Amino acid sequence: MGVEGIGARVVRKEDKRFITGKGRYVDDIKLTGMTHAHFIRSPHAHAKVKKIDSSAALKMPGVVAVLTGQQLVDDKVGNLICGWAITSKDGSPMKMGAWPAMAPETVRFVGQAVAVVIADSKNLARDAAEAVVVDYEELPAVADMQAAIKAGAPQLHPEAPGNQVYDWVIGDEGATDAAFAKAANVVKLDVTNNRLAPNAMEPRAAIADYDAAEEHFTLYTTSQNPHVARLVLSAFYNIAPEHKLRVIAPDVGGGFGSKIFIYPEEMVALWASKKVGRPVKWTGDRTEAFLTDAHGRDHVTHAEMAFDANNKITGLKVKTYANFGAYMSLFSSSVPTYLYATLLSGQYNIPAIHAEVIGVYTNTTPVDAYRGAGRPEASYLIERLMETAARQLKVDPAQLRRTNFITQFPHQTPVIMAYDTGDFNASLDAAMKAIDYAGFAARKAQAKSQGKLRGIGVSCYIEACGIAPSKAVGSLGAGVGLWESAEVRVNPVGTIEILTGSHSHGQGHETTFCQLVADRLGVPISQVSIVHGDTDKVQFGMGTYGSRSAAVGLTAILKAMEKMESKAKKIAAHALEASEADIVIENGEFKVTGTDKAIAFPMVALAAYTAHNLPEGMEPGLKESAFYDPTNFTFPAGAYICELEVDPGTGKTSFVNFVAADDFGRLINPMIVEGQVHGGLAQGIGQALLEHAIYDANGQPVTASFMDYSMPRADDLPSFNLSHTTTLCPGNPLGIKGCGEAGAIGASAAVINAITDAIGKNDLEMPATPDRVWRTIHAA
Amino acid sequence: MYQTTYHRASSVDEAASLFGKSSEAKFLAGGQTLLPVMKQRLAGPSDVIDLSKIKDMIGVEAAGDTLTIKAATPHYDVATSDAAKKAIPALAYLASLIGDPAVRYRGTIGGSIANNDPAADYPAALLALGATVKTNKRSIPAEDFFQGLFTTALEDGEIITAVSFPVPAKAGYAKMRHPASRFALTAVFVAQTKSGEIRVAATGASQSGVMRVGAIEAALKANWSPSAIDSVSIPASGLLSDIHGTSEYRANLVKVMAQRAVAAAG
Repeated sequence: MGVEGIGARVVRKEDKRFITGKGRYVDDIKLTGMTHAHFIRSPHAHAKVKKIDSSAALKMPGVVAVLTGQQLVDDKVGNLICGWAITSKDGSPMKMGAWPAMAPETVRFVGQAVAVVIADSKNLARDAAEAVVVDYEELPAVADMQAAIKAGAPQLHPEAPGNQVYDWVIGDEGATDAAFAKAANVVKLDVTNNRLAPNAMEPRAAIADYDAAEEHFTLYTTSQNPHVARLVLSAFYNIAPEHKLRVIAPDVGGGFGSKIFIYPEEMVALWASKKVGRPVKWTGDRTEAFLTDAHGRDHVTHAEMAFDANNKITGLKVKTYANFGAYMSLFSSSVPTYLYATLLSGQYNIPAIHAEVIGVYTNTTPVDAYRGAGRPEASYLIERLMETAARQLKVDPAQLRRTNFITQFPHQTPVIMAYDTGDFNASLDAAMKAIDYAGFAARKAQAKSQGKLRGIGVSCYIEACGIAPSKAVGSLGAGVGLWESAEVRVNPVGTIEILTGSHSHGQGHETTFCQLVADRLGVPISQVSIVHGDTDKVQFGMGTYGSRSAAVGLTAILKAMEKMESKAKKIAAHALEASEADIVIENGEFKVTGTDKAIAFPMVALAAYTAHNLPEGMEPGLKESAFYDPTNFTFPAGAYICELEVDPGTGKTSFVNFVAADDFGRLINPMIVEGQVHGGLAQGIGQALLEHAIYDANGQPVTASFMDYSMPRADDLPSFNLSHTTTLCPGNPLGIKGCGEAGAIGASAAVINAITDAIGKNDLEMPATPDRVWRTIHAA
Repeated sequence: MYQTTYHRASSVDEAASLFGKSSEAKFLAGGQTLLPVMKQRLAGPSDVIDLSKIKDMIGVEAAGDTLTIKAATPHYDVATSDAAKKAIPALAYLASLIGDPAVRYRGTIGGSIANNDPAADYPAALLALGATVKTNKRSIPAEDFFQGLFTTALEDGEIITAVSFPVPAKAGYAKMRHPASRFALTAVFVAQTKSGEIRVAATGASQSGVMRVGAIEAALKANWSPSAIDSVSIPASGLLSDIHGTSEYRANLVKVMAQRAVAAAG
């Protein structure tokens, strides 16, 4: 590696603009003649929209238009789609109700838009919105999943009787039942995976600009995947064909999954910009983010694990109810099925697994992928089960894990996934050493003498990243392929532009991706720029989520680099009158190996563009592209151990130590990787201790601001003790597994396992608030 | 935010005069409550009269057995004031726990007590220390000032100018922070006055706002020690109950925080 190559802790190039306030976010963009949209949203969780009277609003100053859901219907704008088809166990397709971008007839969650005011300023739009009278007829609502599936519950969609979207199964039920029939011990556990609001720092925003002369739209939007947005907007919503729609996702302030999806607001902005003949801007506020950004998780699960007399796991049975909210968001259907149940084997050799997942509609904000997406739910369940089993079987929890670790690779699990590589003992060893696991008993006794309850909790997670082989996901119902594209453009002076379909919204791609180029060519990263987030610049791409940008996106860049280097070597060999096979690239020069003959890379680039003396038949120019489709998922894994103290007087948790030993395969920039782990751990700990999106029985949200929804802050978190054990991923040439979600996947179970260890009671739900912990301690 | 007219008053008299001339004016101190409420369009005052730049309303002074905090003094200034730390360290400590740094740099004691949020920190100190609220019209004992949720003895247009605290023999504050808002989930201020009176006030607990806790005062009068509170029973009835804390939990916190406040007071 060079000082800026693979493995170097290079300071992030993009931070200069971010920390000096020079980032360019959607809300920073101002177009000539721009209007502002304010959405009128339902205050009811379930109601008929009887009448919308906008006559008074239309007379107010600066009001351009008031548009309603009925006008969307009249203009034949399509409903929102769910892009992953799931088949129930009876063979029937999942049952979905229509989701119009603004409700013409029925609203099904608080915050669903029924109309939009377009005005000359944001404030005028808001003033006018107060003058629009919406006549609702309230209907009975149901927010709780268990209540929603009961007979007689309020029904959301006629298409989905009993509010059931699907009843899906995976695994071998007969083999699993047989394992339980022979089990020496069975461990049972009920867990709830709490609902979370993603809360990216930047709220969602959109600016739509229609050019009537060209019949062309431009959409600036907060997207993790602008090409997917364009594809969906074009193919399903009847807005514009792809060549007449440019989608730009400029600087985006965090996504965590919530900015993957196509939402009503950007659709309406596009449609409205054509209707009013002026650009339309919408910037959500924090309340709108709480009400309308897709939430995460919200599972209720019963699980049982069978063990033989040697404490080897012989079977696993899982039944999960997944709350989808009021509508099926873009990838929601895949989260509790193929992103969750396929990871239920954890790091363990489990011969038989059977899982059933029932998807449920409720009068709440739609739920979709949120950092980890299905994998945190699986990991939390399995790791709580392992800890519960260790307590029940009276064995050390670390030892029980070792007894059952998968040690031979590749390993085919009973739930689709084939793990390619890993060393789970190595991660656990590293974590146990870092936290001095052996010395815990003495520390616990010491804490007890000071009136504190000390606990330790282990979590050995595995996840599937590098999403994903297109053929495999296609066979499972995905409506898209999940490859990535890249283009390498060498300029005549030898500077390089890398065009990528990945999208950076905090991940540091502008640095990491340059490091690959620096590593291969020996040029400084200042000579390289990364171009992303614009469908007019980058031909196509699938975007950033599922920890895929290094494993898939960077591999695509590598493939394009290899093609470019191959051509450049031919040019260099021709200029140096040497054999192409003898050309090596070092420190920015193309050298004839074993000689002092060399030509600098910029001279090769210039030769490609002057084309005065190229090899016979070679095209001028130096630009190559590649599409890379992964051959398998990647499988980051690791061991997290949390040590903490509980104050028995208040139930408050204080961290003593938190160690994370991760195996991400090859690291490009360890500093950026650490930052990703820190952020993920904060979200995992936030889920365990603080965060909970709550609705009352009537579907009214009670945590729609930061006064009630507890976001983790720096002083809620410990200093993290990070380390890495490495097995290179055999599935891609760089050996990368991915690091973006691990912290959020593995942390929650470690925290809850530690608290339940501390208080000596196993039954504790997330978030483990002081009140909840105190009541659990003092429960009879 | 609705349209409003902003005025920066340079004196208390000017502020009062501006208020009299406006139809629906609001005084602005640190703006930690008023501005979010205005942004959400839950308040739409015709005029906003800013008190925070009135020089006579800023500062912390100790004189004899009295510590005076002028009304527009930000929490950060109180938390770091040598005079406050020397005279009533528990009060400076309380100020250091309010909200987060941004709140402490802007929020003021006058704004806090005028709003009288049932989970605000300062009301507990005023009540336990037997403070006096000074306004542009009169002096009001803390006991009479706080009149229930978001309700005070202030008349329309009356401006708090300062709060004077008698310096106690001993005082302590213990707070369980609300995990989201950083208000008090429940916090207790205990004080032993120089004349030997024991006063205990809890905030964040009662449905009626800040309250004296007579049972704990009685126990501490008999024996000034944390263990004296062990046998006290705090009823959960009448206490707040929400997603962050049941009334039973808050009843427990009143006891536990009182014990820790006594331990801190020494």
